[in-house]
Amino acid sequence: MENSTSITSEIITNDLLPQKFGKLGMIWTGVLIAFCLVGAFAYYLQLKNCLSVTAMRDYVSWGIYISNFVFFVAISLVGSLITAVFRLANVKWSTPLTRIAEIIAVSAILFASLIIIVDMGRPERLFNLFLYGRLKSPIMWDVIVIGTYLFLSLLLLYFPLLPDLKILMGSRKGSTKKYNKLYHFLGSFWKGGRLQNMLNKRAVNVLCVTIIPVAFCIHTVTSWLFATTYRPGWDSTNFGAYFISGAFLVGAGGVLIAMYIFRKAYNLEKYITEKHFDKMGRIVVLLALLYLYFNVNEYLVPAFKMKKSEDAHLTQLFAGDYAPIFWFAILAGMIIPILILIFKKGRKPLPALIAGILVVVGAWFKRYLIVTPTLLHPFLPMTDVPENYKHYFPSWQEWAIAMGSLAGALLIITFFARVFPIIPIQETINEQHETTAK
Amino acid sequence: MKNNDTSRREFLTAALMAGIAGGCSSNNTFRPGEDQIIPSGEMVKLLSVDGEIIEVDKAFLKPIPELPPITNSEERIGIEGKKFVMVIDLSRCKNVGACKSECNHAHHLNPGQNWIKIHAMQEAEHTAPYWEPATCMHCDEPPCVKVCPVDATFKRMDGIVLIDSDRCIGCRFCMAACPYSTRVFNWQEPVAEKEIATQHYSCETSVPQKIGTVSKCDFCPDMARKGELPHCVSACPNGVFFFGDMNEDSVTNGAETFRFSDLIKDKAGYRLMEDLGTKPRVYYLPPVNRNFPFETGLKTDTIEKNNAK
Repeated sequence: MENSTSITSEIITNDLLPQKFGKLGMIWTGVLIAFCLVGAFAYYLQLKNCLSVTAMRDYVSWGIYISNFVFFVAISLVGSLITAVFRLANVKWSTPLTRIAEIIAVSAILFASLIIIVDMGRPERLFNLFLYGRLKSPIMWDVIVIGTYLFLSLLLLYFPLLPDLKILMGSRKGSTKKYNKLYHFLGSFWKGGRLQNMLNKRAVNVLCVTIIPVAFCIHTVTSWLFATTYRPGWDSTNFGAYFISGAFLVGAGGVLIAMYIFRKAYNLEKYITEKHFDKMGRIVVLLALLYLYFNVNEYLVPAFKMKKSEDAHLTQLFAGDYAPIFWFAILAGMIIPILILIFKKGRKPLPALIAGILVVVGAWFKRYLIVTPTLLHPFLPMTDVPENYKHYFPSWQEWAIAMGSLAGALLIITFFARVFPIIPIQETINEQHETTAK
Repeated sequence: MKNNDTSRREFLTAALMAGIAGGCSSNNTFRPGEDQIIPSGEMVKLLSVDGEIIEVDKAFLKPIPELPPITNSEERIGIEGKKFVMVIDLSRCKNVGACKSECNHAHHLNPGQNWIKIHAMQEAEHTAPYWEPATCMHCDEPPCVKVCPVDATFKRMDGIVLIDSDRCIGCRFCMAACPYSTRVFNWQEPVAEKEIATQHYSCETSVPQKIGTVSKCDFCPDMARKGELPHCVSACPNGVFFFGDMNEDSVTNGAETFRFSDLIKDKAGYRLMEDLGTKPRVYYLPPVNRNFPFETGLKTDTIEKNNAK
């Protein structure tokens, strides 16, 4: 860390304590709440009129709710990448990013579960999954692994927070005082003794080891929701790896954006340094190359053969109605970010932010392309259905609910950063001591 | 064949009569002293259970109520000893659409919903076009059943795949899994007369349709229980659809009855998308020596009639 030698524990604590929203923060939160309210209203309409308010019909029976679900599951994988993989690999520089990654994971996986309920025709029958659940169905696998992942992610967010809760309770600063009850509820048992610290450390290590296979499971199983069918574009043995590489990429892109925003909003330049952007930038390049590689496999191999069932689907993507989105997702989601971040100048905060935004936006559209165009190319012709069944463009209610869910996930992250330190205080202090001791 | 058919009809009539007669002669349902029925004087001849012709006063005949309702668990098991199968003869189809409209009517389907779809097929530029009616294939390895998370769609012993709309959560995974695109969804509250809508849902009749759930062709097991043919089979004026039992090795379209194995052998029957391994219970006879040229099915009135549905 730059200037690290001059930073004392008090300064670190003071710098990293949660702060009140500024004017921009208020506007940001207000906008997010507005989006959520519009989404909630749209969902109210949907509950009243069932899924007829969507543009989904018998052929395109899955739309942006499902692509949004895949997007959420994908971005949630970053929690395991930054926290678990880096921690186990003993990567020290990622410490200030762990909590950012973990709260992204928790909020994304929460909204993944919500959006899948939104997609159900009979949400009030959700309990049927527990009454009559069949383990043979990939949906049950998803229910199980997503539940497990959410639980592990919450623990992985909570355990490293414990030492910080003690600091928060001891703080006299006005901005944290009103949350004291919450801090007490969550962490009053934490005394910070040697034994507690050791147990906590061990628990976090166990969690890190367990969460990696679970993270692989959630996205592999999500990819199997598609790959276990016969449909052209989904019927692929490449899907699990393809989804996971894409997930790590979008998650890392999301962290780039979050790093930039938190750094600006809370003046964390001393903690989230240009070095972090440099390192994260390199990781994004690596992940984008990996994802590009899987894309080449996913599209070029079937395109070489052009089986009849794949032909219509692939032609639509490469040169048909979906070509603009397809090439946007490939260029903006992978190639341009690589071109930006491969240069040292591109790994400065601002260009890295732009690359991160491109990655995330490209990834959202990529998920749309994975879900919808396939359904428009069934094996048998589309016959004996009204004309509007043969196309799909999401209705305003679908957009409102999808955007509302994205806003909701951001809102959780925003509120979390308001109540808890977004950069681990105790760990930063500890590392500070280690570096000065050397 | 003709002979075969008449004897079958006679048998059915006789069986039905026997049922009524049985009802009459049983002490439980026929107690003239208690019910105070005044004989009308008009006599009807019936076949008794012992095979004798008896005469009964018409006033003593009571209409047999519909077959007693069966429970959900019975509906999930199926009709014992049966393996239902369908044969669709493509050489006879000219896209009349009677199968579809009768099916829609019988199952109270809403506008835009069709369980039977009549595809205009042409495999390649220079191959012959033909009409291909498609029902649910009632696969022996049903991809839809595999993916259902709550066992709302299930495979029965008699080969039929049905849907329990009281259990379906509306996730539509089965629709994505079905390669034949046979499933339809109730995107909104189904429109139905009150007496239909308030009925208790039965997997075998698939009535009434339920909002937010999936439905599809059910092979009409309720008709099979009554010893009758599915609606599409009896509605088709050209005898395209044959329905029957693989265990009996016979299929009929109402007018003609064939030995199933011979029919498939003689006419080179096949199933759709065999390569997927779904093992459908619907067989097709190839469109050779056709009764109608493809173009007759293109007549605007039929097309309009079909699209209006």
